[in-house]
Amino acid sequence: MINHLAILQVVVPLLAAPICLIFNQGKSAWRFACLACAITFAISIGLLLEVNANGTIMYELGGWEAPWGIEYKIDYLSSFVLLLISGIGFLVGLGAHSSLSSELDEKRQPVFYVLYLLCLAGLLGIVATNDVFNVFVFLEISSLATYALVSMGKQRQALVAAFQYLVVGTIGATFFLIGVGILYSITGTLNMDDLTRQLQYDQRQFLIATAFGFMVVGIGLKLALFPLHSWLPNAYSYAPSIATAFLAASATKVSLYLLIRLYNGVFGAEVMNSFLPVGQLLMVLGMAAALIASIQAMYQTQFKHLLAFSSVAQIGYMVTGVGIGTFLGMQAALLHLFNHALMKAALFLAVAGICYRIGSANLNDFRGLGRQMPWTMAGLVIAGLSLIGVPLTVGFVSKWYLVLAAIEAGYWPIAMLALVGSLLAFFYLWKVVELAYFSEPEIKPSSTQTEASLSILFPMWILVIANIYFGIDTDLTVGATQAAASMLLGAGQ
Amino acid sequence: MILDYLNYWAVAMLMMIGLYITMTQGNLVKKLIGLNLFQTSVFIFYISVAKVSGGTAPIATELSDLYSNPLPHVLILTAIVVGISTLALALSLVAQIKAKYDSIEEDEIRQQDSE
Repeated sequence: MINHLAILQVVVPLLAAPICLIFNQGKSAWRFACLACAITFAISIGLLLEVNANGTIMYELGGWEAPWGIEYKIDYLSSFVLLLISGIGFLVGLGAHSSLSSELDEKRQPVFYVLYLLCLAGLLGIVATNDVFNVFVFLEISSLATYALVSMGKQRQALVAAFQYLVVGTIGATFFLIGVGILYSITGTLNMDDLTRQLQYDQRQFLIATAFGFMVVGIGLKLALFPLHSWLPNAYSYAPSIATAFLAASATKVSLYLLIRLYNGVFGAEVMNSFLPVGQLLMVLGMAAALIASIQAMYQTQFKHLLAFSSVAQIGYMVTGVGIGTFLGMQAALLHLFNHALMKAALFLAVAGICYRIGSANLNDFRGLGRQMPWTMAGLVIAGLSLIGVPLTVGFVSKWYLVLAAIEAGYWPIAMLALVGSLLAFFYLWKVVELAYFSEPEIKPSSTQTEASLSILFPMWILVIANIYFGIDTDLTVGATQAAASMLLGAGQ
Repeated sequence: MILDYLNYWAVAMLMMIGLYITMTQGNLVKKLIGLNLFQTSVFIFYISVAKVSGGTAPIATELSDLYSNPLPHVLILTAIVVGISTLALALSLVAQIKAKYDSIEEDEIRQQDSE
């Protein structure tokens, strides 16, 4: 059993997904989905412990030896990301039932859990596999599930947002597929480790760079890398609140993981940079995202839109860390990957709680909410402080590492811009705090407007506490990212 | 010279035509046609890569030892399935959009949303 943990990580949610359909009621389907998520989470903990004790796990699917068969590879980095994704999947899943009860028909709820688990399985598969074509398949499994999840939103705009996302996402996936095809025609292999070995000695740099270009653009579309982010704000705003909480914390993180895997692992950052200014490009795009998306966030009247633009900005920070390319830069990117998932999951769960009570996330409806929903709003404010990067929260840790990395590498403007970005985050979140705590509601609140249900508050507060805990006790996250970064940069040399 | 790489020229042209249709057309179904054309061009690319000159179909017979590489064919079989699922999902979305907006023209939908 323990030998098969690597494949069970993906297979458990994949097989649990269709089973959700046999339930007629949303509640029983939810219980089953939570159980599946809990098992998945437990497996990821098992994998992390196993990797820490015995090093990288290589798992050959069906006993077919790599590079002929498909291979799963769980190392420091992937076990860390697997833990993050399945943990978020489990925690957000806990709040799903009460949030959905106000947003989706009872009859359609089991379908929601099918898609939720499929999406989770796809994302975990991308992280676990060591085969580039397998990555494409899992990318499409998770994406197709995501399009359908987005389309389940209450308003009709959800359908249009899902359609737009589908078109952009399919173009992205197909670009990735073209890159895989070119790589296969150069090397004749699909296994990532094998690719790394063969590409090192290959002189056809132009062809390799073409494959790299296609793959990075494809991943960039999925990652919502500025300026390829146009699909993200609408998709996040109109999807059911709970789906957004899951997607915002996981989907883009997995794309970033994939970018790091390919850029630093398979292709080798140094080789690519000798041919194309990839690092500089990533830094410029990342910083442009951090500034422009933050400014756009300030002008939003919908809180979900605001958070979606803020996500684009935060992705910018991570991409900048990857672009800097030093040990500290990589560590900053990985730390922010982890920390941003914690913040955004907490924030979007708070939004789910607010939507559950007052039916919208319009900023005007936030007036006086601090008194009506004190626990939800307090959690929202703490997670918001973390997003800004206030000391004693996780946001501070990753911003600190990013600024350090920029200064160490001599990129002063980046350090300055990162601080400006934090300031902008303060402005757009202050707007919310001011409305919630310092202004009177326009109409007297009815007695129904009280705290969100406990099943949303509980996972949200776990995440909020995690935001503070990992901001003070940084041993676990810093240690794990250190190991992952040294592995990545060691492999690239 | 150009004829030697006929498949690849066809791939590049189909790819560009597909992307162009997807980006410029306002009709949602036409967008999907463009998207499908774009995906199909990639399938042709994989199949062209797999061809071994002088090779037969990848079936084990005593007539020939030389056969095309079967792996890309298998990969593309998977990608075709993915493409069909995407198209099916997209068309069902279009059907729902038609029901809710009574239009599948992008500008009319946008106009309705901004009202």
